Amino acid sequence: MMKSTQQLEQQLKRHSKAAKLEIWGKVVSFSALILIVAVVVGIIGFVASKGLATFFTNHVSLWDFLSGKSWNPGVTDANGKPEVGALPMIMGSFLITVLSAIVATPFAIGTAVFMNEISPNKGAKILQPVTELLVGIPSVVYGFIGLSVVVPATRAIFGGSGFGILSGTCVLFVMILPTVTSMSVDALRAVPRYYREASLALGATQWQTIYKVVLRAATPGLMTAVVFGMARAFGEALAVQMVIGNAALMPGSLVDPSSTLTSVLTTGIGNTVMGSLQNNALWSLALVLLLMSLVFNLIVRLIGRKGRLQ
Amino acid sequence: MMNPKTQNKVAIGTLYGVAGLVVLILLALLGYILVSGLPQLSWHFLTAPAKAFLKGGGVGVQLYNSFYLLILAMLISFPIALGAAIYLYEYAKDNWVTTTIRTAIEILSSLPSVVVGLFGFLFFVVKLRLGFSILSGAFALTFFNLPLLTRSIEDSLRTIDTTQREGGLALGLSRWETVTRVILPAAVPSILTGVILSAGRVFGEAAALIYTAGQSAPALDFTDWNPFNISSPLNPMRPAETLAVHIWKINSEGIMPDAKAISSGSSAVLVLAILLFNFAARYLGKRLYKRLTSA
Repeated sequence: MMKSTQQLEQQLKRHSKAAKLEIWGKVVSFSALILIVAVVVGIIGFVASKGLATFFTNHVSLWDFLSGKSWNPGVTDANGKPEVGALPMIMGSFLITVLSAIVATPFAIGTAVFMNEISPNKGAKILQPVTELLVGIPSVVYGFIGLSVVVPATRAIFGGSGFGILSGTCVLFVMILPTVTSMSVDALRAVPRYYREASLALGATQWQTIYKVVLRAATPGLMTAVVFGMARAFGEALAVQMVIGNAALMPGSLVDPSSTLTSVLTTGIGNTVMGSLQNNALWSLALVLLLMSLVFNLIVRLIGRKGRLQ
Repeated sequence: MMNPKTQNKVAIGTLYGVAGLVVLILLALLGYILVSGLPQLSWHFLTAPAKAFLKGGGVGVQLYNSFYLLILAMLISFPIALGAAIYLYEYAKDNWVTTTIRTAIEILSSLPSVVVGLFGFLFFVVKLRLGFSILSGAFALTFFNLPLLTRSIEDSLRTIDTTQREGGLALGLSRWETVTRVILPAAVPSILTGVILSAGRVFGEAAALIYTAGQSAPALDFTDWNPFNISSPLNPMRPAETLAVHIWKINSEGIMPDAKAISSGSSAVLVLAILLFNFAARYLGKRLYKRLTSA
């Protein structure tokens, strides 16, 4: 008697086939998610440990690294310190990012306004596919076109080699344009319809409505779009490397050959020995790149939090 | 001060101009790529191996490598992204763990691809001693692809109505069974569209591959399909320069006499392939949707 109750209990408490499958599915899908998180942690951990070696193993001071103007990690200067001043590359990266964002923003927001406010029909039929195609063109193709069209044009107009920040800006402008445009469209789309109707009912013209109501209401979203574009520009490697001239010097003018963090990384990593100072210094540049992309992420978050208040 | 009506006209005229200019930029880009690239294309160009110092090489090996890497990367990343998206959308509760995970995915998607490539170099090429190989490259591409694919699959799951889930649960199916039997079949068309679009991005990626799959393309013997032989096309341990890397490589080294013609041709192939991916995604998505939903 006792035994059969136990059996019955066991039978009732046992997981059914479906329940087992459920647990299995949950565990498998959760582990996929954890794997992605592990990859992120791994990337940050590995790059940080390599990038910090310059400061902890090779005892380069952080200030020298961030403010030094000459980059030549294999050579030591008059004081016997290695020349690992990353300022030219950091300057190059920031200049090219800010400039391309300044050029791209009016075009992107203008196009987005056109698509969403003025001619939604043409927007959906022509401009939507155009931005999608522009996003799809690989960065090396942009770099190649930059090399064969933009660089000779700059050379013809401004003299010099044609390589430099100006050419890089031209290429990046076209590269980030579709990203900023499509995110701006999303931002404009999120503005409620009755904002526009209220403004038009008050007798405002279409442009007044766009300028004074829609753009103001969409500002946080538009800023997010621009920051995303800047993040993309900051991290772009090959297209920039192909047109910037790759001279690790302080950029004297926009048409002098210079370099960015990404361009030095792509050309340098393969030519240095793992564990050497030259190599560690490059990993420090990669770390700067990584930290900057985290900063861009943070800015987007902050804008999002502020924008949500209304 | 202009009167508001004239101002309105001027402003809207300007916006027309801006939008027109953007369309012109795309047309100029596509026009340049196709006009300079299409004349280079020939059967010889698409199949012959590259020549380092002589004219008249092709991109056969690179083209094959691009597709092989794409397929491997998709095979690895799709199941992971699918699992992650299912958990995020169907199981995850709205708490700090989920928020942290979402933040991590966002960070991964915003990392520059060159950083992902460098990590791949450090971890797979150096630490795990895989060397410059297809496998290292496929893993790097997987990392590059995962956040985007996860997001796009999650968006696809979001388009499926809640009533479908409630229906499945009300019939006594478990959550997992509801997902695999009801939700996924309904989401297949839009998942497929997302997969093809991400394939286009992976196909053109180069920065993540330079230091993982390598910059050399050893000759392949297309009659040898034993994956353990070094010249076999299937060998995952050989270095494999892809088409995108090839364009970068020959332009930054400049020892190939017809580098410009080869890059024009390769660019045209890349862009045509991506256009094809785009159209295929739209067409197949619509077609499948019609078939599966009898709409």
